Amino acid sequence: MKAKLKLVRDQFPILKQRVNGRKLVYLDNAATTQTPRAVLDAVREYKEFFNANPRRGAHYLGGQATILLERARRKVQHFLNAPSPEEIIFTRNATEALNLIAYSFGLSKIEAKDEIVLCISEHHSNLVPWQRIARLKGAALRYLYLNDDYTLNWEEVKNKITARTALVGIAHMSNVLGTIYPIKELVGFAHKQGAAVVVDGVQSVPHQPVDVQDLNADFFVFSGHKVFGPMGIGVLYGKRRFLEAMPPFLMGGEMVEYVQEQEAAFSELPYKFEAGTPNLEGAVGLEAALNFVEEVGWDFVQKQERQLLAYALETLQKIPYLSVYGPKCLKQQGPVLSFTIKDCHPHDVATIADAEGIALRSGHHCAQPLMNYLGVPATSRASFSFYNTKEEIRRLAASLSKVRKWLGYGS
Amino acid sequence: MDLSELYTELVLEHSRNCANKRLLECATCSKRGYNPSCGDDITIELLIEKDQIIDAAFTGFGCAISQASTSIMIDLIKGRSSAEAQKLADIFLGMIKREIKEEEELEPLGDAIVFQNISNLPARVKCAVLAWRTLKAAVPEANSH
Ligand SMILES: Cc1ncc(COP(=O)(O)O)c(C=O)c1O
Ligand SMILES: [Zn+2]
Repeated sequence: MKAKLKLVRDQFPILKQRVNGRKLVYLDNAATTQTPRAVLDAVREYKEFFNANPRRGAHYLGGQATILLERARRKVQHFLNAPSPEEIIFTRNATEALNLIAYSFGLSKIEAKDEIVLCISEHHSNLVPWQRIARLKGAALRYLYLNDDYTLNWEEVKNKITARTALVGIAHMSNVLGTIYPIKELVGFAHKQGAAVVVDGVQSVPHQPVDVQDLNADFFVFSGHKVFGPMGIGVLYGKRRFLEAMPPFLMGGEMVEYVQEQEAAFSELPYKFEAGTPNLEGAVGLEAALNFVEEVGWDFVQKQERQLLAYALETLQKIPYLSVYGPKCLKQQGPVLSFTIKDCHPHDVATIADAEGIALRSGHHCAQPLMNYLGVPATSRASFSFYNTKEEIRRLAASLSKVRKWLGYGS
Repeated sequence: MDLSELYTELVLEHSRNCANKRLLECATCSKRGYNPSCGDDITIELLIEKDQIIDAAFTGFGCAISQASTSIMIDLIKGRSSAEAQKLADIFLGMIKREIKEEEELEPLGDAIVFQNISNLPARVKCAVLAWRTLKAAVPEANSH
């Protein structure tokens, strides 16, 4: 385990850096993950040898670029166990994928009598677009509140997901609480009520194998940069029968068959939803990133991340005045740990950790309705990846133990 | 930046127990300032009579830097004319942007000089300037009433 950890860490050049005189401790993996050599090399190789517009131009490089784009698409398909590559749409990020679903599926399918049901812990990306659709269509927006331990409350599910529900939006794993929601069971329930389900997989994809057919989600999205890939590439998986019935989202080149003065015929899937020149270096980088994760192996990833979370929960909760917001149970929580320290604003906590080279996140984490629900203006968050170490958590704990003193509260 | 330069006695004193954090019942103007990056949310209240800031106070919550900066500012502007308060805000913002560096020019800021090096911590600049920006917006409104 230890030897492998060292091998894996060595793949990430950025982790060798020193920040404020100390070795960098990067604990903001839920915001973005760092990039392994394999991804840096793949992007560079693409730029050096194959750079061209895919699906356009009859020259050699154009052909190579097309092959690379479709190879990346098939990698994503297999990674998610999607039935076919046509059901994988490349976007800029998860946010764009969610907007695509909202504006294409939402606008055309949701009506005034309908209800949209979201989990209260949703990221703004899976919330603000639905507010907009609800407003435009006169539909109602309802929220699933949680159990006291921040897990899914089935009473809420039964009360709120009804025959009136057209759509349910929920993250597979919360970026604040770390809660892993029982998506498969929830999808089963929602489908019985006739609702479509949109799953925001941004936080689950880096930490566990995902099988979209097993989950039976109608839509599933994630971002490349949170799973060791480049920024600017995201993925939308949608069931074929949904995608085929949906109108295009962005219009322009690449997504049309032929165009006349007054009208155009749109391409088949997946191109119907991929207007304009795609981010091919992003797709190539994402493919390399997914290959990298598989090479590291889910066994290692999950063992290491569970150990880190268990150790962090144990150490941090020993710190006086520190409270954790999350299920605190390894079965229902991914490696994300939100906390507050009494009397200390999370922003000051992050500054104090940063002074020792420790990267934490603090703020509302783009989940303001959740913050209101929790009754806090903000939290601090440490989020782990398999390349983190126990030693780093010890440094975090040591730094957090000093926060109250720095801010003038005796202990 | 060394933490002890940031979280000085003065800053901690102001951030923790402030006499300046209260409701001003007879306020003639009140202005809310919000810093979305860390959620600092303050409302500054002023009692202005014959162009004099007779009293000032604030409510709200936020990080130590934003709370201290607000409290220090309030101590500084009480008893001043609104033009003087505006001038102080300009000097403070100039100091943060490093446009004003001369000690002599900064002198009117008194205790607020403690934030001079905050630009070494870009993430915290907004916290330090929130009160001053809010003041700049509040004073003209007060005078237009
Ligand atoms: C749960 C969740 N959904 C969506 C997003 C949005 O991701 P992106 O900014 O890459 O679109 C994030 C990013 O923080 C997230 O954590
Ligand atoms: Zn602040």
